[in-house]
Amino acid sequence: MSLLPYLDIGLALLVVAVAVWTIAARDLFTSVVGYVAYGLLLAFVWIRLYAPDVALTEAAVGGGVTGVLLITAGKRLGALKNTEPEAQPGLRFRILVGALAALVAGAVAAAVLMLPDPSPSLAPEAAAAADGAGAGLGNPITAVLMSYRSFDTMLEKIVLILAVIGVWSVSTDKAWGGAPPQFRRSRPYAPMVFLAQLLAPVGVLIGIHLFWTGASAPGGAFQGGALLAAMWMVTMMARLAQPPRVDAQWLRLALVAGPAVFLISGLAGELFAGSFFAYPPGIAKPIILFIEAFMLLSIAAALPMLVAGPPSERADQ
Amino acid sequence: MTPSVLAGLVGAALVGLGLHGLILHPHPLRKLLAFNLIGSGVFLVFGIVARRGAAAGFRFDPVPQAMVITGIVVAFAASALAVALILRLSAETGRVTLDPEAWKSSNGEDAK
Repeated sequence: MSLLPYLDIGLALLVVAVAVWTIAARDLFTSVVGYVAYGLLLAFVWIRLYAPDVALTEAAVGGGVTGVLLITAGKRLGALKNTEPEAQPGLRFRILVGALAALVAGAVAAAVLMLPDPSPSLAPEAAAAADGAGAGLGNPITAVLMSYRSFDTMLEKIVLILAVIGVWSVSTDKAWGGAPPQFRRSRPYAPMVFLAQLLAPVGVLIGIHLFWTGASAPGGAFQGGALLAAMWMVTMMARLAQPPRVDAQWLRLALVAGPAVFLISGLAGELFAGSFFAYPPGIAKPIILFIEAFMLLSIAAALPMLVAGPPSERADQ
Repeated sequence: MTPSVLAGLVGAALVGLGLHGLILHPHPLRKLLAFNLIGSGVFLVFGIVARRGAAAGFRFDPVPQAMVITGIVVAFAASALAVALILRLSAETGRVTLDPEAWKSSNGEDAK
């Protein structure tokens, strides 16, 4: 067991080194590839902090989907063909910024070293949520997300919808209601198509499994939904599927299904269990899984729509 | 040095690195990437708060961890919105920059 501290230090150095690489890399693509690797390494750090749920989310959303978002954006910017290198700021300014960054990092590090001991904790409340209202949920994170802080989780789904509306609304008037541009403009390579055909069915199964097992083990609607979203994006990249039109009824229903079901269940809690977002004891777990199933659908629909971008006229892109 | 303190220091370094990149990189997408580094650094610091809050039979405090999960998803949504705005701005001005001077000179007389 004495090897573990060295592994920790090695991992920490590696994370910082890859972060330096993403900042220092010359071109955008290199830097984004660095960022994806960084997200995966960070997932290991989260595992070392006993946070497998966060690790799964970081790997899927922080590294994977954000990486696809930035690579797609980089390609679309590259299509503009006038990405000109701008004049670098002067040396004095760079030294000043370096000093400022070091100062801020030092202040955060000092705060980390001087955290109060014993540390304040909400773990007892979370334990009560896992045993009480969210009865039978073995995963305390899911209990917190769906019971103890359920209002936050519901609002966060609404933030996702607001972001989708925001992305759609930067389209031009003419393109409104149409479909977002293709993920890639050229024809996909045969191995890419093969990969999508092979990966997507397996990935969908794993995504649903992550959601289902999330009630009692690491996983949940976020992680499962992110994986389903990734599988939809893979099929769109291989051009096995087309990005849907943004005025499609089914798409809009899928987007609002999660928060809508969550909100209605919350209001029903007022009637049947005595307070907003309370679940009747005994059937709390089935209700939570029912809400999470719709959240899974909404996340799987929202993330690819955020990456796909605003609708565009088919002709020019 | 415990793993949680080490992770906290990594978080601090990430915040500094991200801030540096955010101010100095002229490319808007690189700025966005640097901003995401700051975000994940803050999440890590919050993560060690969760680790230190171990109580009631848990090895971590589930509440901050759940909030970090929410935070990661919201950070992604904000990034996607930023990307859409950057792409639209570039399509509109024909230039990949946030510099209002360069934008003016490309729109007005053919300076530069």
